[in-house]
Amino acid sequence: MSSTLPPHSDKQQALSDSAAGGAAASAADHHQSAPSGPLRWLLTTNHKEIGSLYLLFSLLMFFIGGVLALVVRAELFQPGLMFVQPEFFNQMTTMHGLIMVFGAIMPAFVGLANWMLPLQIGAPDMALPRLNNFSFWLLPVAFTLLLSTLFMEGGGPNFGWTFYAPLSTTYAPPSTSFFILAMHLAGISSILGAINIIATILNLRTPGMRLMDMPLFVWTWLITAFLLIAVMPVLAGVVTMMLLDINFGTSFFDAAGGGDPVLFQHLFWFFGHPEVYIMILPAFGIISAIVPTFARKRLFGYASMVYATASIALLSFVVWAHHMFTVGLPLVAELFFMYTTMLIAVPTGVKVFNWMATLFRGSISFELPMLFALAFIVQFTIGGLSGVMLAISPADFQYHDTYFVVAHFHYVLVPGAVFAILAAAYYWLPKWTGVYPSEKLGQAHFWLSVIGVNLTFFPMHFSGLAGMPRRIPDYALQFADFNLLSSIGGFLFGTSQLLFLAVVILCMRKKGKKAPANPWEGAEGLEWQLPSPAPLHTFDTPPEFIPERDSPSRS
Amino acid sequence: MSANSRQEVQRGIARTVRRSLLLLLAMVGFTLALIPLYDVFCEVTGLNGKTAAQAQVISGEQIDTSRSIEVQFITRTHAGLPWALAAENTSMRVHPGEVVRADFEFVNLGQEAHWGKAVPSVSPSEGARYFRKMECFCFREQRLEAGERSQMPLVFQVDPDLPREVKQLTLAYTLYSHDQALGEKP
Amino acid sequence: MPACLPKVWRLLPAGFLLIALPVAGSQVNTSSGWNMPPGVTGISQNIFSLHMIIFWICVVIALVVFGVIFWSLFAYRKSKGAKAAHFHENTLVEVIWTALPLIILVAMAVPATATLKQLYDTSEADMDILVTGHQWRWHYQYMEEDLSFFSNLATPRSQIEGQEDKGDFYLLEVDQPLVVPTGQKIRFLFTSNDVIHSWWVPDLGIKKDTLPGFINESWTRIEEEGTYRGQCAELCGRNHAFMPIEVKAVSPEAYQSWVEERKAAAASEAANVDRERSLDELMQRGEEVYTTYCAACHQEDGGGMPPAFPALKGNALVQEESGRQQHLETVLHGRSGTPMPAYSDTLSLADIAAVITYERNAWGNNSGDRVQPAEIRELLDSDD
Repeated sequence: MSSTLPPHSDKQQALSDSAAGGAAASAADHHQSAPSGPLRWLLTTNHKEIGSLYLLFSLLMFFIGGVLALVVRAELFQPGLMFVQPEFFNQMTTMHGLIMVFGAIMPAFVGLANWMLPLQIGAPDMALPRLNNFSFWLLPVAFTLLLSTLFMEGGGPNFGWTFYAPLSTTYAPPSTSFFILAMHLAGISSILGAINIIATILNLRTPGMRLMDMPLFVWTWLITAFLLIAVMPVLAGVVTMMLLDINFGTSFFDAAGGGDPVLFQHLFWFFGHPEVYIMILPAFGIISAIVPTFARKRLFGYASMVYATASIALLSFVVWAHHMFTVGLPLVAELFFMYTTMLIAVPTGVKVFNWMATLFRGSISFELPMLFALAFIVQFTIGGLSGVMLAISPADFQYHDTYFVVAHFHYVLVPGAVFAILAAAYYWLPKWTGVYPSEKLGQAHFWLSVIGVNLTFFPMHFSGLAGMPRRIPDYALQFADFNLLSSIGGFLFGTSQLLFLAVVILCMRKKGKKAPANPWEGAEGLEWQLPSPAPLHTFDTPPEFIPERDSPSRS
Repeated sequence: MSANSRQEVQRGIARTVRRSLLLLLAMVGFTLALIPLYDVFCEVTGLNGKTAAQAQVISGEQIDTSRSIEVQFITRTHAGLPWALAAENTSMRVHPGEVVRADFEFVNLGQEAHWGKAVPSVSPSEGARYFRKMECFCFREQRLEAGERSQMPLVFQVDPDLPREVKQLTLAYTLYSHDQALGEKP
Repeated sequence: MPACLPKVWRLLPAGFLLIALPVAGSQVNTSSGWNMPPGVTGISQNIFSLHMIIFWICVVIALVVFGVIFWSLFAYRKSKGAKAAHFHENTLVEVIWTALPLIILVAMAVPATATLKQLYDTSEADMDILVTGHQWRWHYQYMEEDLSFFSNLATPRSQIEGQEDKGDFYLLEVDQPLVVPTGQKIRFLFTSNDVIHSWWVPDLGIKKDTLPGFINESWTRIEEEGTYRGQCAELCGRNHAFMPIEVKAVSPEAYQSWVEERKAAAASEAANVDRERSLDELMQRGEEVYTTYCAACHQEDGGGMPPAFPALKGNALVQEESGRQQHLETVLHGRSGTPMPAYSDTLSLADIAAVITYERNAWGNNSGDRVQPAEIRELLDSDD
């Protein structure tokens, strides 16, 4: 692996090392005696190498989480207990959620940030390169620990990725303390990553680039990083309280000692709802980069995109209890959270309308990144609209905890966030590896993924409305047809991701059409001034940036 | 880039990191504060049907005879405590403002002494803050010897400010074992 | 809010799935099999119409947005020689597409608020029922009557494991349904014995979490006689999928006679407590009770699932004379800090005696010990 990724020859490295300067000087110094082989990957402080590590790690987690999802779909293929026992099924759904959220989607976005933020703002590296290395290496430790709980006595976490107390405290398997530790490690990793991203964006922009000149991917990540710093401590707090309840006899969540299980849900969702936006805001940034490129037209409403992102982030702090409409909130609280939740539709709508207006009267071509981006817009909108339905509190009494909710958040996260990550990979792979991704494989991957993902998740709307609760290993006969379709779709989607793996491996081995510095005709931004593949050290001298010419917000 | 501006950037990064850490610390503090805040919030708004954990004073002498509220008692014992708890009257009608006494009987059916505590919850939760308790066995842990039987009172008042749409209040007591907390039994 | 909607509204979502599917045949609820059931109460019908209104609003928005997108993709494709325009902002349209959704949402919030208020108005109910969630069964207590019972999954294990054909109401059938009268306002109180469950009957438009140590409420008034089925909606452990709800709405007269019947049965059982039971009789009844209430955790073969659920087979507490008292107390009062619940006020004296006898003699435990109902009564007698 080390000889193929990231793309650079030793000669290039030596060259750029000697020319290293700027904020990453210390990092570059460190590199002059860089060890080779696996140790180099362990000790690397280069943003591109760390970015690659994050991306490959998240790809691995995506496949592990996917296999767990396929166990679930296999069990749900037909009514009856077919392959696994209920307690193992619960571990599968729980692990699938935890791994996909904390192990696949979040690290993938952090990986993209590591690779692309410095390139997009003209910085030589991240602001805190050594911290960067540490935040990455926490993740493999955290997830090895988390996965190892599956083999412990009593099994792994089996209480859903939302781990509601007291099911996750008094009634939890003994491995829960390890689960808590893993969550802590993943949380620390996210916080450190977020601090690094903020420090980079605020201090290392090339001279002349104001905040309102930054590409939207940078903007969305800046806002996401603030969300992370704000809510990760809440997650850490809530799991620590669980730990105390389990091992030290406190009763934060136990009515017996004056605690309250509903407090758990308030705290969890105070973290959890912003967390949902942590997983989607960077996706908005990616789509806002790709759509203008292939429509050969500037992004419509740059400023309103920034304001919409910020409003979504702010609103995310006052909507958490819409996950708890049936928990017995007082009427006033139900109304408050219903209204605030409905409000989120406004800035989200602005985003979708802006992309729509960007496409309108453009000059559109359909390269691989564009296909994924367009699919994102359509499918994310479906997920967003079912979100509006869920916001209607009285109706939510019927939707809550059914497959309708499962359909909703999977539409936002899989054909939403995951498709955005795939779009980003296809968009920037030429920059990372110097070759275009295989068009044939990419096309097959795209079409099979679109068919698979919709076949999996669209029927879930119907099974949910018809009354199928989520998180059940066996179901009544009237849900059988929908589940059959979902399972077929799930296996189709799952296996077609192997095509993506093939695409990535081919690119890493430089098999494919050579890419020029700017591989896409309509692409704008500093990253395209660099050669493809981008050398290990870039922008040691800050690039020229003239707002009137280069800013995405220029008039 | 000159050495000067490089230093300036490093200072900028340090400043940003310091501010981020401050924000982080503030959020940690906020999380810790949420726990007592939640209790206060619950008590003030009656969220989740919680009532005050200490005795309250009688508020006003005005008795609103124009309406009467049905107060209903539910008693349950949680696993692990061999006690029975019963309300003498499972339901009573009271006027808002009136100070009323309700008796409850505790019995230890077990062969050993135990500690237990009753945890109250009021529904609808909108009514919880208007349910004022002057005296209640639920304020503290109780100890019963093997086979012991004990009468304990609840003295309460429904606040005359109770919203008109609330016509019925249900008070549920769940008895929990406190042996472990008090070190009576392993 | 219009309580009744044109029939066509109920069927249309089907049109959005392109693949034709056979609609499930069995009449389990008023759902078409595709869509939310309109249900049989005022609330459920109001919820249904809210759902359909917001659904159609979303469909219209989606059609407009997707229409513009797909038309742009078609009309402005580069392969056709489209040249890109240069505009990148327009204050007027931006204001419009910010304000328009806001207006739609406010319009939507008005009926939603009204329905929510109605949903929360539990006052002046004709009767109260306390619903208690247990791992993994429901317990119902009629507050005005001296009447309470457990409601367990009735689908046999053999159907679940595929040795037998699945019945029409697979996983939605119980041994004792909740019987309620039609036309009366019924207030439900909810609490839990262990973890959080959620009591959900789609046709009644009720879903409410049951919280250990806390109480929640909701209400219903069922206008049509019938059987309405639902399930637990909050993950509550391994058998979350296996604790269905069955509500049988009957005429008030039929309800009264059902109550009398239940009470008479309970009275005759109480009168029978002093009868000495043989080991065979106790074992036979004990096995039934064990299968329903204990086997989910301690397993059919008594092997348990350590560490959470200890084995009963070969367990000193269950086998030996010295453990007898503690065995009785554990079944009667449960164990704190573990999932073991108390059965003293939920199972009958005869059932408790039988199941303890069964545990002490099955799977080679062979203590020969018998526990009689009268002995249990002795232990529970609080009225001297």
